[in-house]
Amino acid sequence: MSAVGSNTRVWALHLGVIALLLAANFVLPEYHRGVFSRVLVLATFAMGYNLLFGYTGLLSLGHAMFFAAGLYGAGLPVYHLGWSVPLSFGTGILAGGTLALVIGVLALRTTGVAFMIVTMMFAQVFYLTTLYFTTWTRGEEGLVLSQAMRTIDPAGLDISLSNPSTRYLIALTLFSAVLLLMLRLVRSPFGRTLVAIRENEERMRMLGYDVFRAKLTAVVLSGLFCASAGAAYGLLFGYVGSGFASIQYSILPLLWVLLGGAATTLGPLVGTLFMFYIIDYTSGFTTAYLLLVGVALILLILFFPKGLLGTVRERWLKWLP
Amino acid sequence: MAAVTPLIETRALSRHFGGLKAVEAVDFTLQPGEIRAIIGPNGAGKTTFVSLICGRIAPSSGSIALDGNDITRLPAHKRVLAGIAYTFQITSIFPKLTVYDNVALSVQRRLLKAGRVVAGELDAGVAQALARVGLADRAQTLAGNLAYGHQRLLEVAMGLALEPRLLILDEPTQGLSDGEIEGFIALVREIAKEATVLLIEHNMPVVMQLAQKITVMNFGRVLAEGSAEEIRANAAVQEAYLGTGRDG
Amino acid sequence: MAFGPYFLLATLEGLVTAAVLALTALGLSLVFGVMRVVNVAHGEFFMLGAVLAWAVSTAFAGHPSIGFAAALLVAPLVVGGAALLSERLVLRRLNYDPEATIVATIGMLYIIQQLALTFYGADARPVQAPFNVRIQLPWFGYSGYKLFVIGAAIVLMLATWFVLTRTKVGLLMRATQYDSETAQAFGIPVDRVYAGVFALGAMLAAVAAVLIVPIQQAHYLMGRDPLLLSFIVVIIGGLGSLRGTVIAALLIGLSDGIISVFFSPTLAKMLATGLVAMVLVFRPQGLFGVPAR
Repeated sequence: MSAVGSNTRVWALHLGVIALLLAANFVLPEYHRGVFSRVLVLATFAMGYNLLFGYTGLLSLGHAMFFAAGLYGAGLPVYHLGWSVPLSFGTGILAGGTLALVIGVLALRTTGVAFMIVTMMFAQVFYLTTLYFTTWTRGEEGLVLSQAMRTIDPAGLDISLSNPSTRYLIALTLFSAVLLLMLRLVRSPFGRTLVAIRENEERMRMLGYDVFRAKLTAVVLSGLFCASAGAAYGLLFGYVGSGFASIQYSILPLLWVLLGGAATTLGPLVGTLFMFYIIDYTSGFTTAYLLLVGVALILLILFFPKGLLGTVRERWLKWLP
Repeated sequence: MAAVTPLIETRALSRHFGGLKAVEAVDFTLQPGEIRAIIGPNGAGKTTFVSLICGRIAPSSGSIALDGNDITRLPAHKRVLAGIAYTFQITSIFPKLTVYDNVALSVQRRLLKAGRVVAGELDAGVAQALARVGLADRAQTLAGNLAYGHQRLLEVAMGLALEPRLLILDEPTQGLSDGEIEGFIALVREIAKEATVLLIEHNMPVVMQLAQKITVMNFGRVLAEGSAEEIRANAAVQEAYLGTGRDG
Repeated sequence: MAFGPYFLLATLEGLVTAAVLALTALGLSLVFGVMRVVNVAHGEFFMLGAVLAWAVSTAFAGHPSIGFAAALLVAPLVVGGAALLSERLVLRRLNYDPEATIVATIGMLYIIQQLALTFYGADARPVQAPFNVRIQLPWFGYSGYKLFVIGAAIVLMLATWFVLTRTKVGLLMRATQYDSETAQAFGIPVDRVYAGVFALGAMLAAVAAVLIVPIQQAHYLMGRDPLLLSFIVVIIGGLGSLRGTVIAALLIGLSDGIISVFFSPTLAKMLATGLVAMVLVFRPQGLFGVPAR
């Protein structure tokens, strides 16, 4: 764990993955580059979820609200107030972080099943709120951010977020930043603290840890990561709608993380990419994509609870973070 | 006025569970540097009493002071930072983490309190704690794969690594072999050079060898207190406890 | 309009809602109480019951009461069978781990919903009431069928209560609920009790759905609201407490009509969900439960 050799190996792996994804921008066909852009942003969402579910052991069924807080926190100011892209990206993240703080303080009073239900219910309230204030959000129909709204121009440079390559590179930048942050985080004393809380909360309290504060920090960080993904999603793809706040978007990150491997740094990327292409592939002969999600959830939880990278770590690469 | 402020002092400390008076009006003082044993029949309230001291359970009434400062309302994790470490009666470790990580959690807690965690100091702290309990060569083993006796030692190492002022050991020798118990007695003597030790123990030879003073509890109350000789001679204790045919 | 007739009408409508809700929530509560499993697919069992009721009742020609009677028999049995199967194939293999079973029942929710969409379609379809009698009350005539629903729900709940408290099967269930390990040690087939309870829970939802389809239409998304409302009822009534569940269902059912007069349905749902989340945060034993210890 503290060996220098494994340290180099771990950083090489993660930087290698980022380099590969960068190269992909120049070789992928247009369609797949589009898919990858989406996957990178949603994998960031999944990484935020993984911090809480995988590492801290808190199973939330309401993470759509943090993603959607970023989405609306960025999308509403752009659409209604004409704010610039960087500024509204900031408000999106801020909105998610604030919401996570409030929800964390309340929901962390509960544990286990009650925590799952409480987070689900708060997310439902958030979803209904986006429907209720339909004058501003246009509910399920949503808001379309025009190309003009999604242009950054620092010093006269016109950067349009609707340009596929720009979009890909920005998505990759966000993904890489959160990935490297996650890597540092989970290998830090705080990361060890979170994993230990997952394993034995009572013992941690008796080792002098403020368990509530550590969990709250994890919820807020998780909320920030998810909100950054939501804000980026709205700005890059130009659509902000209630659908992203619905229960389905709370279940999807759980599915992606389970598939890729909970409590692995690269699992969220692997899981999201895999699920996207499974659905993409099967959509050729069936429209029943929910059926696939359902079957995947059951099969994973039954036979493969450690997910792809979790299994790889258990069998072959013990050093995988 | 006593020359030294007691490390721990409880006044009229009580804890009731519904109608059950698990701990009832206990006045108790512990001087710094002591090795104290608490003995008593099963259900006498020993574990509840030390749980009140370390903060795992909140008292129904009464007060607890550390160095003369009231800590009755202090949450458990802050008491640990103030120097009270507790090792569980039922082994409570992190089975899916390595032995190294188990102890590192204690060491990093201590380092965090002082400032920041430097990798070198962390490694050194873990190595030292593991060496003291004789588990140095098992650092990379998963804690759950250790033999039972070694898990008990790991539990003690986690307490030690906090560098506590008071180490509470709840039935530490339960389930250990005779050889392991002997090693354990030496270890506690070693620990007692730097910390006060409060020990719940059923094994009488261990108590007689280690404790400078013994507190006997029965039905949630303190029945007697004194040196090993005094306790042996105490008629009430004999009737309530030693005379009931317990071994030792 | 005078207060009297309006009040009577609102109460009657509220009682119909409460009756169906109590049956549905009772199923959820039973499953949680005995098995400690939160069945997220409970609303889909309800929906399945309604869809099957449509399928069965349209298969019978002749008087609607024949089709309805057949549906009342067949739908719960089929749903119970489906529940039994999923319990054997999935929940049991997960050792009823609370968190894993939630994930698995979410999976079931998606599967059942998608199958209903594929085979039944996206349309809402009506089922004819078995009889069409209006009963003359002091101010107005009221649907005899709705009164029948209230009566039927009461009978079914009394029957459930009787089974739970007065029969050997109920004793086994209660023993399992109290302490499944000890129950196992005393030779109670905990395994089979769990299977039975899960099937019974789903069947209660299915019966409730069959009763409601002549009033509401069958639709593949109709399981959402009953799931949410059942959650609310079970949480307010105290997780696993049957008496609390019935009281809470009455409370929610009766207030439902009144709340929707003042608020938009979305706002009403928003407030209700938020309030119930707060109940779970600050009073996890429910409003009528007694705190543990």
